[in-house]
Amino acid sequence: MVVPCLLVLSYAFFQRGVWGGVEYTFTLENFARVVDPLYAKIFLNSARIALTATVVAILIAYPAAYAISRAPRMTQPILLFFAVLPFWSNYLIRTYAWIVLLNREGLINNLLRTLGYTGEPLSMLYTESAVIIGLVYNYLPFVILAIYSTLSRLNPELMEASRDLGAGPVRTFLRVTLPLTLPGVAAGGVFVFVLSIGNFVTPALLGGGRFQMVGNLVYDQFLTANDWPFGAALGAALILTMIVLLLLQARATAHASGERKAEAER
Amino acid sequence: MSAALSRKLPGRIVLLLVFGFLYLPIAVLVLLSFNDSGLPTSWSGFSTRWYGALVANTDILRAAWNTLIVAVFATVISTVLGTLLALGMETRRRKSNGLEALAFAPMVIPDIVLAVALLTFFSRLGLAMGLHTIIISHVIFDLAFVCSVVRARLKHFDFSIVEASRDLGASGWTTFWRVTFRVLLPSIVAGALLAFTLSVDEFIIAFFTAGAGRSSITLPMQIYSMIRFGITPEVNALATVVMGVSATALLISQWLNREQQVP
Repeated sequence: MVVPCLLVLSYAFFQRGVWGGVEYTFTLENFARVVDPLYAKIFLNSARIALTATVVAILIAYPAAYAISRAPRMTQPILLFFAVLPFWSNYLIRTYAWIVLLNREGLINNLLRTLGYTGEPLSMLYTESAVIIGLVYNYLPFVILAIYSTLSRLNPELMEASRDLGAGPVRTFLRVTLPLTLPGVAAGGVFVFVLSIGNFVTPALLGGGRFQMVGNLVYDQFLTANDWPFGAALGAALILTMIVLLLLQARATAHASGERKAEAER
Repeated sequence: MSAALSRKLPGRIVLLLVFGFLYLPIAVLVLLSFNDSGLPTSWSGFSTRWYGALVANTDILRAAWNTLIVAVFATVISTVLGTLLALGMETRRRKSNGLEALAFAPMVIPDIVLAVALLTFFSRLGLAMGLHTIIISHVIFDLAFVCSVVRARLKHFDFSIVEASRDLGASGWTTFWRVTFRVLLPSIVAGALLAFTLSVDEFIIAFFTAGAGRSSITLPMQIYSMIRFGITPEVNALATVVMGVSATALLISQWLNREQQVP
């Protein structure tokens, strides 16, 4: 029992050591640079792209998770498994697949030409939309999983009760189902947002390096500019963003379950 | 009947669209890997020439070999440590949230931050980068996943059989080896396969902790550099092989997890 505990402690020390080590060398100057308009703009831009990807992912994942939760009980695990399976294939390969599809000589442009489209091939690759598609595609399975897990835990009697009380399907969904599954939506959303904002592979490959995101900036600071303290400050800002979001999400979940408990007591 | 059908129809359409979105890109890659021209512009006949090119490419072979070394070492070390960690956490009387948070932090921290953290840490130690630093990094990353898989099994573990074993005169070690370990084995293997898959696929951390030389390049790093140069048909074949390997490992891991739910 002592060994694993020591191990945990040593690993704890591992990460702290890293951050402590970095802290030694930095003054507040690096943080001042993070909020410098030039870099703050990149941060805000990344946040915008990440937020768009998050919203799109939720809009696709919710109906999918809902449809899975409505499928026959026996097929649900199978559907779920196949929804998550792509998530386990290599991230780079999944991103590369979109290069093949979106390329000027790619499959979609070819298909358009076969269908009789004669204009200039569409430039879909190396655009912000391509980056967003890549992010949505890569993180969608997880959002489906997160939303499904709250949907499947939902008591169907609640929906029946709502129907019995005269609410239509739309109203039942908006007033009962949706609010009760918001924790799942929040969990999935935070996941997409956090991973998107720090991502550097997707912007580098699908954005063609034209779209600087925080991840690319961190990458550049460490591997190109060799400005480690500043890169570390950016990383710290990322972590801080993540912690704030996770805390907010935990709060929202606690709030939602608290409400449910209060309702049950009534 | 028709009413029931029309109620189910929207759900089916949604699923069809979403699954289409998820699998179309992958299917296209697999299909292209068997295309003689290897380019998405046209289908010029079935061919396995890109797989041949793969086997003849020494860069790729070395990368594959490096990946295998990293994955095997990282899997063995993280499985042993992860299992011990899970046991330690579960048998502790007082649950410590801080400890849990620390053990699972690598699962939630953005990859790039973890990668950068490890890079700075290794260079602080004055450690030369290479395959060994990738292995150490992967152990840290995999550990959390192994630990969580084993812990899930431990949640349903009946500790009275451990007591029974002790009452019947078995020593602590014998009890662990003949009772606890046997019960946990399926989830340990599942955790190990998960660690292996993650390690084979992991790119960002390996990229940062590999150092400058080309000698410690892994497959994902090789794929990344190939993709950056544009579309090369070989990548299609490589992608298909890598996806096949991870899917197989995952299916076995799933199957093992399913087995343990039966009793």
